Amino acid sequence: MPVTIAKERWTSKVGELVLGTEPNTVKIGGESTLPFLHFEGEMPNRPQVALEVWDMEPAGWPEILTAPYAGVLNDPVAWAKKCVEYGADLVCLTMISAHPDNKNTSPAECAKTAKAVADAVDVPLIILGCGVEEKDAQVLEAVAEALAGKNCLLGCATPENYKTITAACMVHGHNIIASSPLDINLEKQLNILITEMNLSADRIVIDPSVGALGYGIEYAYSIMERTRIGALTGDKMMAMPVICLVGQEVWKTKEAKSSAEEAPEWGEQAKRAILWEVITSATFAQAGGSLFVMRHPDSLKQFRVHIDKMMESNAY
Amino acid sequence: MGLTGLEIFKRLPKTNCKDCGQPTCLAFAMAMAAGKAGLDQCPHVSDEAKEALGAASAPPVALVKIGTGEKQWELGNETVLFRHDKRFEHPTAIAISVSDTMSADEISAKVAKINKLVFDRVGQTHSVNLVAVENASGEADKFAAAVKVAFDNTELPLLLISEDTAAMEKALEVAGSKKPVICGATAANYEAMTALAKKYDTALVVKGTNLSELADLSEKVIALGHKQLLLDSGAREVNKVLADQTQIRRQALKRFRPFGYPTIAFVTSTDPFQSVVDAGIYITKYAGLMVMSSADPADILPLVTLRLNIYTDPQKPIAVESKIYEIGTPGADAPVFVTTNFSLTYFCVAGDVESARVPGYILPVDTDGISVLTGWAAGKFTPEKITEMLQGCGIADKVNHRKVIIPGGVAVLSGKLQELSGWEVLVGPRESAGIASFLKQRWSA
Repeated sequence: MPVTIAKERWTSKVGELVLGTEPNTVKIGGESTLPFLHFEGEMPNRPQVALEVWDMEPAGWPEILTAPYAGVLNDPVAWAKKCVEYGADLVCLTMISAHPDNKNTSPAECAKTAKAVADAVDVPLIILGCGVEEKDAQVLEAVAEALAGKNCLLGCATPENYKTITAACMVHGHNIIASSPLDINLEKQLNILITEMNLSADRIVIDPSVGALGYGIEYAYSIMERTRIGALTGDKMMAMPVICLVGQEVWKTKEAKSSAEEAPEWGEQAKRAILWEVITSATFAQAGGSLFVMRHPDSLKQFRVHIDKMMESNAY
Repeated sequence: MGLTGLEIFKRLPKTNCKDCGQPTCLAFAMAMAAGKAGLDQCPHVSDEAKEALGAASAPPVALVKIGTGEKQWELGNETVLFRHDKRFEHPTAIAISVSDTMSADEISAKVAKINKLVFDRVGQTHSVNLVAVENASGEADKFAAAVKVAFDNTELPLLLISEDTAAMEKALEVAGSKKPVICGATAANYEAMTALAKKYDTALVVKGTNLSELADLSEKVIALGHKQLLLDSGAREVNKVLADQTQIRRQALKRFRPFGYPTIAFVTSTDPFQSVVDAGIYITKYAGLMVMSSADPADILPLVTLRLNIYTDPQKPIAVESKIYEIGTPGADAPVFVTTNFSLTYFCVAGDVESARVPGYILPVDTDGISVLTGWAAGKFTPEKITEMLQGCGIADKVNHRKVIIPGGVAVLSGKLQELSGWEVLVGPRESAGIASFLKQRWSA
């Protein structure tokens, strides 16, 4: 009995977005199907992976995570080069030192660091602030100017600070991450607010504020599924690629941080921690993530192998 | 797909007698449409209506039970493609395999390891569900011997993997009493395998080499009168399994009967990382039963966690137990945080307190698992409830100060709470990410 393959006829697709400058660009988005269902649509760009670099030496990272970056953790330029060596498609520079509780680094100082990193590596850059909305607006404004024309991805913009960051992205030719707290309506609303300032919709990336495996992964998973279905059925304000800041969530979890001595019933830490980061990412790739920010080079490697397999056609 | 509440309502007796536990017949009809009530709860419904509703409201994916007794596991009854459309009903059963080429000692050692794969997540225990025994040797006696070792050493149901009917028959003589899953029927052996499955009244895996052949075979087995089936499309590479799983679920929802059964997926990658990642995809994407070979807790913990997350009812938030939680090893001067028992809320706060590297106590007040602002709006996160928690849980004996930190979102509670509880109330940041800097600036016991 021949089975007729059930194919959805999607009417629209996710917008495509280019990061970086020729010849070193990275393209994300453009999907006209649910993730990896090659039998009913196109997935022109594979999910891309960035490794994270901090502008100050991280405290509290487990040894298994600092080991691959030994010797470069207090030098963002050397660290970024290391990430490229490990095969990162992009580098995600996080201005953690700008936080008032850390060094309260000035916007001008952050801009200098960003410039130095941008000059040292060829891959496109994602620049994240420290999470304090007011400060991030100042920092990202200065960074946007220093990196004018480099076509970076800046974030995270929230309803509190999107105006400054959007304006900076428009003037200096960058793209913006619109961040919403696990809420599909707020997600859409922020995209509308940003496009109303005349930044084109194909320069926005959605950050749904993902949680790690075991820590609310299912909320972001469903929000991303709904975002993708929205994009495929023609909702222009949900048709942006989605970024998943996976590393920062995964490496907060007990499962990634505890050693085998602390948690003997959980097995070897080296394997468990990497799996935590890879499975969190692979699960979000199934829900429609296009850009992944990870921390461990082994996670990057394993996730890549997985994506290679998923990108092979399964057309009938 | 399914019947609407109104369609069901038309056939109900309309007595509004409440015997079904619902306030009205219409409410009962709506509950049935949502899959939260069954027709048998109404004692007054006519046989004719029963028949009309029963057939039409039968689930698109049949319910299949595996094993016996306490470790019995149910599969199927699924009604949606996306969990946000309703919910995923029955969590993927995880089977770990042993091979009959291993020695009896090796098998019993691995089975002992499998038995120990039990983890505590959000206050509940979660474990793997089956031991699979593979007839890799191709010999019937070796298979029966291996099945015997597994059978004697575990309470878990078994999955018997052999396409040789003679071997299967011998294995069933050993293990048939506990309803093992028979794996399985192919185009070549389906008549004999179906007879065995019927004899032992147990679930049978039907394997095709592609979707069309699977549909054929499934129809033939159904025609022989056996309806406890698991479907295997033959796909083994993760990208193809994804496509086939999606097709089988989609077609089942369109009431294509040959595919109206739960599926089985096999992890065949030999790479220690990739095999676990593949397994994760199968759990996310519709597999009723998933078979893999690793019994390493570092591999199984992420999978059990993923299964729990994906199969959580999106309409029913998970709650953590309302009690004192210690982060780090807090002393008598440690800060005390109040939050709600919505698991996501609790884990956000716990994670941020932990990363602040200041040991502390967290008291999640029982709000039936809803978040801080929702709980406040619903009158479940009130000064009275917080006071009750502060006075009833024994935190007063653990700290020598009387200061409590409440979420910034409910700052408006502080006056009343201070008055009722007698504790000094500090208003924390609106977002738990601000806890570290809040403690730095404001906390001294």
